[in-house]
Amino acid sequence: MDKFTILTSIAAPLDRANVDTDAIIPKQFLKSIKRSGFGPNLFDEWRYLDHGEVGMDNSKRPINKDFVLNKDEYQGAKILITRENFGCGSSREHAPWALEDYGFKVIIAPSFADIFYNNCFKNGILPIVQSNEVMDELFSVTKDITINLDAQTIQANNKTYAFEVDEERKRRLMNGLDDIALTLQYSDDIKTFESQYFKTYSWL
Amino acid sequence: MAQTLYDKLMSAHIVREEATTSLIYIDRQLIHEVTSPQAFEGLEMAGRKPWRINASLAVPDHNVPTTERSSGVSGIKDPISKIQIETLDKNCEKFGINEIQMNDIRQGIVHVVGPEQGATLPGMSIVCGDSHTSTHGALGALAFGIGTSEVEHVLATGCLWQSKSKNLKIEVNGDLNKSVSAKDVALYIIGQIGTAGGTGFAIEFAGTTIQNLSIEGRMTLCNMAIEAGARVGMVAVDDKTIEYVKGRPMTPTGNEWHKAVKYWNTLHSDEGAHFDQEVIIDAKDIKPQVTWGTSPEMVIAIDGLIPDPSKESDPVKAQSFKDALKYIHLEANTPINTVSIDKIFIGSCTNSRIEDLRAAAQVTKGKHIADNIKLALVVPGSGLIKLQAEKEGLDKIFTDAGFEWREAGCSMCLAMNADKLGVGERCASTSNRNFEGRQGQGSFTHLVSPEIAAASAIAGHFAQP
Ligand code: SF4
Repeated sequence: MDKFTILTSIAAPLDRANVDTDAIIPKQFLKSIKRSGFGPNLFDEWRYLDHGEVGMDNSKRPINKDFVLNKDEYQGAKILITRENFGCGSSREHAPWALEDYGFKVIIAPSFADIFYNNCFKNGILPIVQSNEVMDELFSVTKDITINLDAQTIQANNKTYAFEVDEERKRRLMNGLDDIALTLQYSDDIKTFESQYFKTYSWL
Repeated sequence: MAQTLYDKLMSAHIVREEATTSLIYIDRQLIHEVTSPQAFEGLEMAGRKPWRINASLAVPDHNVPTTERSSGVSGIKDPISKIQIETLDKNCEKFGINEIQMNDIRQGIVHVVGPEQGATLPGMSIVCGDSHTSTHGALGALAFGIGTSEVEHVLATGCLWQSKSKNLKIEVNGDLNKSVSAKDVALYIIGQIGTAGGTGFAIEFAGTTIQNLSIEGRMTLCNMAIEAGARVGMVAVDDKTIEYVKGRPMTPTGNEWHKAVKYWNTLHSDEGAHFDQEVIIDAKDIKPQVTWGTSPEMVIAIDGLIPDPSKESDPVKAQSFKDALKYIHLEANTPINTVSIDKIFIGSCTNSRIEDLRAAAQVTKGKHIADNIKLALVVPGSGLIKLQAEKEGLDKIFTDAGFEWREAGCSMCLAMNADKLGVGERCASTSNRNFEGRQGQGSFTHLVSPEIAAASAIAGHFAQP
């Protein structure tokens, strides 16, 4: 996982509430055996005018020019700003995989669905909660937004907003530690455990 | 201090303890083709290797075809099934993981194969990317299902972070009534405590009825612990457990065997151990069970009437009853044994072991399925069970009666391969989930025991032998 410290990027405004995981990555893509490569199918039903299926050449599909991610000014956005209850619905981990694969590193919304919120951290995405008033201000931002994870601030339009994040999760993101890397910090404990364990339970 | 079986199993595996969670060591990871590809890809993307190769055993089961397989994996028609099985083969080869491949005689449903091969032993911590991993608790093991990112975690670290569950004891005492099997006990329990009754608990099944069950029967019971909301279901080790484990391909031998048996004999809850909750059931109250709705808790005795939502005092429950009846096309107050059936499925990790096939065959012997039955499938849990059944002539009994005799796999339990119900088709199924669309879009599933499935096939409607 990449280390996350300071990020400056354009923010793509997705002005919708209750965006569910099926909208983030429609269910036909769950048949895939991959965890990477979902980026081109992120928000598939909104991004394209036809029906998407696994294995299609996405570059040849008709795109919906009105959809925010298809607009020139938002190309390369690493920040997504959106409305209430983002990531609701089925708990599929494909949703953060798709967002991450597309290139999003930060999602700012007034609220998130629980499991989705947790899954973001596991996949190197920082979800940030802001009040509806702040969200309205952020939606009016035209230029770059800067996220400073260490200082826990958002800078936009010459204003600074603070945000909350769990200390442990912040540490993980800043050090680029995924769950596995974190556990592997205890490799020595595991090895010590094993040497005793396989003595006692030698048939295993 | 007096400990429960669950407490003993947990504490034997704790590598590191933190405030609310513990890092526990995993002895055995079972792998199948559906929930593992992303885990292997994640491992590869991060440049990691499996922590302990020998911990894993893989077998394809969810979408293997159950019809003839002579052309191997390349002959699988469904492209998604084919790619998943090929990917499992490739990953196991790449990472050096022991795999029982599709055309191996030992292939079968992961939860049947594990105990059969001695890959799951008493006292082990066992995980698999599949919720019915609770099955292995029947051998006095700590076994539970995990998600794909946890599959990757266990592969990479040999461990898993777990918070401790509370202890629930379900005690069943007395002799079982005629035609009542472990499946009926499981369904009856779920009917009593509900599908959320075990949430947050590790269940230990105890009492004389459970002691008298065979290991196969205990597996059926523990298999369905998850349907009662518990991730873990267990039965204490006794002589039957040890007898069952003995002489299997991966079971220890010689001195190691004696050492293991000594330890395994300690795997029971101590006298006076504290349970957070206890449920006591009298076996004589249990009749053969049939589910009538779209959740395993929507279950009645075979001579019962489908419940009337208007008599339900809890409005939420009444609504869910109404929704279920609407989906499943049945009327309140209908005797369930008058409801006719289109298809029969005998199989799944709940009821596909030799004992299940024997019970169904005994009922079927010399009879024929009713004219209205469009398809009756028997799908053994493993190639070895199939072989054993054929030695005993069970296949002949089934085919003479009009059943189809298939190759081992999950089959119509979840309809990932070609074995599916059509829209509006009603099935008596020995599987474990009757959710909407589980066996095919718009289809109706009724969970029953193998004996009831066979009797219903002959009668053409739900019936007991
Ligand atoms: S038989 Fe059914 S419940 Fe069991 S592992 Fe297969 S799909 Fe899951």
